[in-house]
Amino acid sequence: MYAQLVETGAKRVKSLDEMSPEERAFQEKIDAETKIEPKNWMPEGYRKTLVRQISQHAHSEVVGMLPEGNWVTRAPTLKRKLQLMAKIQDEAGHGLYLYSAMETLGADRDEEIEKLHQGKAKYSSIFNYPTLNWADMGAVGWLVDGAAIVNQVVLQRTSYGPYSRAMIRICKEESFHQRQGYQILLDMMREGTEEQKQMVQDAINRLWWPALMMFGPHDDESPNSQQSMAWKIKRKSNDELRQMFIDQTVPQLEYLGCTAPDPDLKWNEETGHYDFGEINWQEFYDVLKGNGPCNRERINTRKKAIEEGAWVREAAVAYAKKQKQRAAAA
Amino acid sequence: MSEWRLYEVFVRSKHGLNHKHVGSVHAADAEMAMENARDLYTRRNEGVSIWVVPSDMITASASDEKEVLFDPSEDKVYRHASFYELPDEVGHM
Repeated sequence: MYAQLVETGAKRVKSLDEMSPEERAFQEKIDAETKIEPKNWMPEGYRKTLVRQISQHAHSEVVGMLPEGNWVTRAPTLKRKLQLMAKIQDEAGHGLYLYSAMETLGADRDEEIEKLHQGKAKYSSIFNYPTLNWADMGAVGWLVDGAAIVNQVVLQRTSYGPYSRAMIRICKEESFHQRQGYQILLDMMREGTEEQKQMVQDAINRLWWPALMMFGPHDDESPNSQQSMAWKIKRKSNDELRQMFIDQTVPQLEYLGCTAPDPDLKWNEETGHYDFGEINWQEFYDVLKGNGPCNRERINTRKKAIEEGAWVREAAVAYAKKQKQRAAAA
Repeated sequence: MSEWRLYEVFVRSKHGLNHKHVGSVHAADAEMAMENARDLYTRRNEGVSIWVVPSDMITASASDEKEVLFDPSEDKVYRHASFYELPDEVGHM
């Protein structure tokens, strides 16, 4: 999802007997569904895992603005342009809620952002794909934000208080994102030319698999999941979440009158779920390692934004200083 | 941006309600903290009033101290209305 392959540092989950008294009290609190707050004692591994996960989540929101920023100046109408800008501003906001939650763990915002720029911190693989036509704005809102919602709804119950509260706030705003995306596609399918309808199908063909990859590797390939689940940082497994997403998305896909690029996708009467084909995991790991279509471009754009915005931050500090001096003199 | 002071943000969502903590922002001064808080936490009419407070000015109890700090109030059941039983005939009081 927005956080993939988050390292917990644990080879296996400790049993209650193996824990120190502090660790045991902590785990019992988690088991009793008591939220952990910044000033509570917590195992170092829990703190580090959360910093990694929340920062990765925040970086994803921030980098996630870039594929959409590509279309602000080319939105087909003023209405679409305003909607797109509002959505992008929300993503910035989500990044900031999350950095704020991360700081309650004692992490430094600038240091974590620096790790992103040096390639030491990850962000979601999905944002390394290009947005090639206007229908991509619809498909991103519908599929990418849709996948994000499935994950984030569950994360509202995550065990760390500030993260959980940030998730609640984010979820309230995400459904606007998904609906505006779906509506872009609906309009194109209902009123568009033949060429525009093909653009919709093309966008879905390119983004379908990367959207499914957002949930991360299979449960048995995901060594950190168990510890994250025991700490209740994660509440549902990657495969469970992916299945939930597919089950809710396929009827919407059919309503559009489009198809998924997966010949194995079909309803299974017995299980009550959709069956689907195998994900190209080699592609997933390649993109995560930095070799997706847009990895370098994304990071360079981020660095440039920080560098070119330096004068604005300096001016703000100078202005604040001057105001203070004036107030003192008056 | 970390070198900028951290401010905690409190928002009154409706007239008549208390301000409630919603998160934090970094800012060069209080005025900027107010503007950042508005942009970040009230994009959809979530508030009618905002407080920004430098985080380092807040003194907080540790949640682990719960038992010790709040202990004095635990054995004073007579502070609750439900401690006093009334005959049914008296009705609602």
